[in-house]
Amino acid sequence: MSSNDYAYLSNYGVYSAMALFAIAFLAHAVEVAFSVKNVEEKTKFDFVRTKKSGDIGTVMMVLGFVFLFAAVILRGVSANRVPWGNMYEFSITGALAFTGAYIFVLWKYKIRWLGLPVSIAVLLTLGTAITLFYVPSAPLVPALKSTWLVIHVAAAIISGGVFLLANCIAATYLFLDRYESTSGRPEWALKLPSLDVLDQLTYRLVAFVFPLWTFAVIAGAIWAEAAWGRYWGWDPKEVWAFITWVAYAAYLHARVTIGWRGRKAAWLCLFAGSTFLFNYVYVNIWGSGKHTYSGL
Amino acid sequence: MSISTELDTRSSLRWLWRQLTSMRTALILLLLLGIASIPGSIFPQRSQNPLKVNDYFKNYPGSAKFLDQLYMFDVYSSPWFSAIYILLFISLIGCVLPRTFEHLKGIGAKPPLTPKNLNRMEFHTESNLGTLDQAEIWFKKHHFRIRRESGSISAEKGFMRETGNLLFHLSLVLILVGVGIGSLFGMKGDAIINVGERFINIPTSYDVMSFGKLQTEKTLNPFAITATDFKATYDLITGAPSDYKLTVNVADPVGSKEVSKIVRVNSPLTFGSTKVYLQANGYSPLVTVRDKSGEVKYQGAVIFLPQDGNLTSIGAIKVPDMEPQVGLIGSFVPTFARNSERGAFSTYPEVLDPRLLVSIWIGDLGLDSGIPQSVYRLDTSDMERIGLKTLKLNETYNFGEGSITLEGWTPWVNLQIVKDPGKIYALLGSILAILGLLMSLFTRSRRIWVKENVDKSGIEVAGLAKNSAPGLELEIASLVKEMRG
Repeated sequence: MSSNDYAYLSNYGVYSAMALFAIAFLAHAVEVAFSVKNVEEKTKFDFVRTKKSGDIGTVMMVLGFVFLFAAVILRGVSANRVPWGNMYEFSITGALAFTGAYIFVLWKYKIRWLGLPVSIAVLLTLGTAITLFYVPSAPLVPALKSTWLVIHVAAAIISGGVFLLANCIAATYLFLDRYESTSGRPEWALKLPSLDVLDQLTYRLVAFVFPLWTFAVIAGAIWAEAAWGRYWGWDPKEVWAFITWVAYAAYLHARVTIGWRGRKAAWLCLFAGSTFLFNYVYVNIWGSGKHTYSGL
Repeated sequence: MSISTELDTRSSLRWLWRQLTSMRTALILLLLLGIASIPGSIFPQRSQNPLKVNDYFKNYPGSAKFLDQLYMFDVYSSPWFSAIYILLFISLIGCVLPRTFEHLKGIGAKPPLTPKNLNRMEFHTESNLGTLDQAEIWFKKHHFRIRRESGSISAEKGFMRETGNLLFHLSLVLILVGVGIGSLFGMKGDAIINVGERFINIPTSYDVMSFGKLQTEKTLNPFAITATDFKATYDLITGAPSDYKLTVNVADPVGSKEVSKIVRVNSPLTFGSTKVYLQANGYSPLVTVRDKSGEVKYQGAVIFLPQDGNLTSIGAIKVPDMEPQVGLIGSFVPTFARNSERGAFSTYPEVLDPRLLVSIWIGDLGLDSGIPQSVYRLDTSDMERIGLKTLKLNETYNFGEGSITLEGWTPWVNLQIVKDPGKIYALLGSILAILGLLMSLFTRSRRIWVKENVDKSGIEVAGLAKNSAPGLELEIASLVKEMRG
């Protein structure tokens, strides 16, 4: 097969994964929305009815992950390098890392409901990637030809996936917190975990991934020293990576030493996560500096 | 009177110090540092792109002046940015050092005494089976540090959490020390050399250079580099570069035996803490300028600066040694194409079908005016244009006052020479910081107490997890289960 064939196969992989994530989204929506219908006593819920729908959602998420994984690998094969050379490739790999983080957390904790925000976020990412960011598969420019590409970008993408997942949970926390502080949880949300559990889960995801993000920044610095002659030069991407690092460091300190919990911590977490997103979108698309490999 | 004032000063200083080294202040300073670094990603910075700063001054003269007074074009060396990070690091040191001493004292120390009322602690459990001996065996098996008293055991685990935490913060200080050493004792410079030329590491070889505050010209490593070959490989369809390979002969020190080496974008040459990077490349057309009598007035490779990805390059040739003086503004096109919209331009970055477009000016070059001039630009204010020509390879154009011949071309490379003796400390600090972070975030710190009832009818167990880390409940359950047999 030629390099073009692999690139086409990769595109089909992305489209198939999008279809699967769309089904997963519907299945999760059905599970959450209909889990309390036809129950005579409002305090007892019959989740068996909708469990099946949720199961379908999970299966679709896993299948979507597999297809997307294949698409990312094929994209790499078509260009004969790691598939992290431009914004399209960062986006599909980022979506893969995000889905992977969700499936991992799903396996450790019971948080299937999270499939709803995760699947819609992944769909949006993939949709944007394939419509706006798509560029044909091509070799890397000389500055990107380094082992550090694999190390630095892999660490950054995985961190990004987990940051976004933590953001989803923190947002859910704030959403439910609003209900609970006024009228109490709506029926459809009764099945979701308690606020305490959400709060802890957010913290643990951030605590787990913060060292990895630190490593991603340091690996980037080591690479920059080899490629650009300085390990830190306040390039816009570096500035925002630093801001993200500072924001998450502040989050961890606020929790561990000052004892912030709940609402305040969740807002801080959302803020930190949005600096990461801003970095990804702003610097790659509108920014200048040495990190503009987006190919747009 | 004087004593009380002294006391007041001292106590208010102490109060200030306590405020500065409090966690809350450190946290605020940390967030401030993040916010303070934002403008540097919005406005162009002199340290990165001085040309863009100049453009900004041209486009927005009014606001640029105002912004400049606020150091918006030098954010990371501005007084306010420095103030924040210096305060942050003082706060950090003031916070971490006492804790470090405290922690060092704690090595080998026994856990604190068992509290009186265990039922106020977490996961309080009572059991009528089990002895302290059994508990001690369990604690030892699980590597707890224990304090056995008559009637109770106090056990503690997770010393490494604080160790890692302190290591992380001290490593940040080490990184800052590394950055400081780099900026005081480092140097950085750029030099453009044509392939075939030799670069000797002395100040006059540089086009641009800057020294750290405590670094002088004498400390440059005495090496010499001769560029022998440069090969750029491009993608045939897109014209995007896929590889740059510079072959050099290196003599270190100058005059010693030359060794052939290869420099690529991600693999610089290393001379101790000095590194030589391949940063950019372009073409120098080889031209000969003759006067009316045919005498050679100028001959050599003229460095032209690339303007686009296909290396359409522009530059200037100045011949002061003619009467009147002659200047040429040139555009070198490696692979020639022309259309009505863009005029002449290059369609591929390799030299396949080269042209040199020149406009010829006569008059005063302005070299004696004392105002420094760019070698890439011609000041035509006192000059008059007398000719325009597109030259092919080996073609000569006679412009009346003389002639110009395009003899060929040679690639040039931009070498960036950087000396940073501090980076090794920054690297060491980074590695230790990650180790410390992993140690502190993945170690659970907790205490478990076991107490015999006064009448020896059973035991009480309870614990305390720092930062409410999960898992203590299971641990206590496992201990109680073990004691029950």
